Amino acid sequence: MKKKGLFHYSAIYSSGINPKGFHPSQLKFYILLLPLAALMLLPIIFIFSNAFKPPDELFAFPPRFFVINPTFKNFSDLFSTMSTSGIPVSRYLFNSIVIALVTILASILVSSTAAYALSKLNFKLKKTIFSVNTVALMFVPIAVTIPRFLIINNLGLIDTFWVHILPALAMPVGLFLLKQFIDVIPNEVIEAARIDGASDFQIYRMIILPLIRPAIATIAILTFQATWNDAGISSLYINKEGLKTFAFYLSTLTATTSTGANTVAGQGIAAAAALILFLPNLIIFILLQSQVMSTMSHSGLKG
Amino acid sequence: MQTSLSQGFELEVPKENKRNSGFQHWLKKEGSAYSMVSMYVILFLIFIAAPVLVAGLLSFTNFDTIQFPRFIGLKNYITLLTQDDIFMKYVLPNTLQFAAIVGPGGYILSFLLAWILAQLPKLPRTIFALILYSPSMTSGVAMAVVWKTLFSGDQTGYLNSFLLGLNIIQEPIQWLQSPQYLMVIMILVTLWSSMGVGFLAMLAGLLDVNPELYEAARIDGIKNRFQEIIYITIPSMKPQMLFGAVMALVSTFQAGAIGVVLSGSNPTPQYAGQLIVNHIEDYGFLRYEMGYAAAVSVVLLIMVLLLDRLAVNLFSSEDYL
Repeated sequence: MKKKGLFHYSAIYSSGINPKGFHPSQLKFYILLLPLAALMLLPIIFIFSNAFKPPDELFAFPPRFFVINPTFKNFSDLFSTMSTSGIPVSRYLFNSIVIALVTILASILVSSTAAYALSKLNFKLKKTIFSVNTVALMFVPIAVTIPRFLIINNLGLIDTFWVHILPALAMPVGLFLLKQFIDVIPNEVIEAARIDGASDFQIYRMIILPLIRPAIATIAILTFQATWNDAGISSLYINKEGLKTFAFYLSTLTATTSTGANTVAGQGIAAAAALILFLPNLIIFILLQSQVMSTMSHSGLKG
Repeated sequence: MQTSLSQGFELEVPKENKRNSGFQHWLKKEGSAYSMVSMYVILFLIFIAAPVLVAGLLSFTNFDTIQFPRFIGLKNYITLLTQDDIFMKYVLPNTLQFAAIVGPGGYILSFLLAWILAQLPKLPRTIFALILYSPSMTSGVAMAVVWKTLFSGDQTGYLNSFLLGLNIIQEPIQWLQSPQYLMVIMILVTLWSSMGVGFLAMLAGLLDVNPELYEAARIDGIKNRFQEIIYITIPSMKPQMLFGAVMALVSTFQAGAIGVVLSGSNPTPQYAGQLIVNHIEDYGFLRYEMGYAAAVSVVLLIMVLLLDRLAVNLFSSEDYL
């Protein structure tokens, strides 16, 4: 039982939380937020501004933050150059798109079926699996890079398409959020379907999936951010240039000062590539943000 | 149909049949659940559980990736604690400093900003949430382009040019190569991108707090918004606070590569930005001392685990235990 202590409830009082409209008392928050938001936005604006700068503005002295004569030259340069190993940039982009799409679909399938089973079906290991997964929420993949490398090497996944996808599918946060979301679906709905003769798989497909769209959108975003932005897998597990990702290509542009990539053309290409890498994240999040917020309402973690 | 079949069996060979129907019964009752959960469990075991286990095992061995690992007991741990000067002098203090500022700092910042956003109407709230969240959508590689330009070491760097213009500095500063600035920049950059999933969860939690509680508190003598936060808001959203804390913890340690990204070298200049994660990589992939690197990994995992327990103790709900 929750102890409410001294507090007892009476009529509803409209507190400052989630107000319906503007009120002068909110001014202080705007005064605090506006400069901070502007400051935080600067590097993001810089990605946009830099990508459209012609060479003389990229290297202007004193440097200018905003672009004056925007041009698409950096983008056309980006797609007309080959990487040092002779792979066209479009190939990296194609790899990244395919990997992101396949991973998102597979991740949704793997996590949502498991989440449904953990939330609504009864089986012996149910509690164990969920509590192990909850502990794994704090799993820091970067800490076990080396044993992971040894395992992936022994499984023969090096230089395969699957090494981009399979490790990303075990996502404890994704399973956790989906399970919490499915918990809220009333059991009566499922019981009714079961009485009508629906199997567990039919219930999953016909009832659960349509009801958990917001959580699925959230998983899709998290998976997308993890795979699309990742350069580590390409540099650790892939030796074939044709299987590497766009994020990896960008990392070669910034890392190799000695091979001449940081020359005049190199900087413009890197700026354009950085924008291409960032933009899909932003667009997808804007499109799905309301779904994400409704998923987060159920994100609570009980210690 | 199926039941009538198995009943027929039962009449003929009751003994074997019992087991058979027991299995069928299990399959019917739990089979679909296990088949649904199995894909995730297998992937989890391979890519999360097994690496942790292997790290634990390897940490007791000497392993150079060519010969089979040789058991050497606690030697790696003893070396780490007594002979690894770089670890004791730079890596550990750096990691503690970085984690102590970025972890709680990013977490408190996330909560305060989420609280402020919750005081605004929906449209401005959504816009500000998007702006504050957008840094965590960026990737290390894309931002490396930006940071390297902004903090460039010559006079064409934005920060140098700005400070030279204001006459605050006389000479351009090698921001990313100077030991005294690298850590500060690493902390600022990581704080900048700390409003992630945990921030969104806490914002959602804040909006879900029952408004009646605030009214009740007002009657019971809560005087200001600060008391309201301490006595009402945080206790009523403990689960979200804990989720946010765990996410802050993970992103703090996951951000460990930032120093190498910014300075462009591992080890970082004079080990100024060297964190545990870089130390692992240094020993594992540059020196091929996998056993030793695994021991450092185990130390890191234990650190994360202890901090996680601390967060759980702080925010565990009353129905826990």
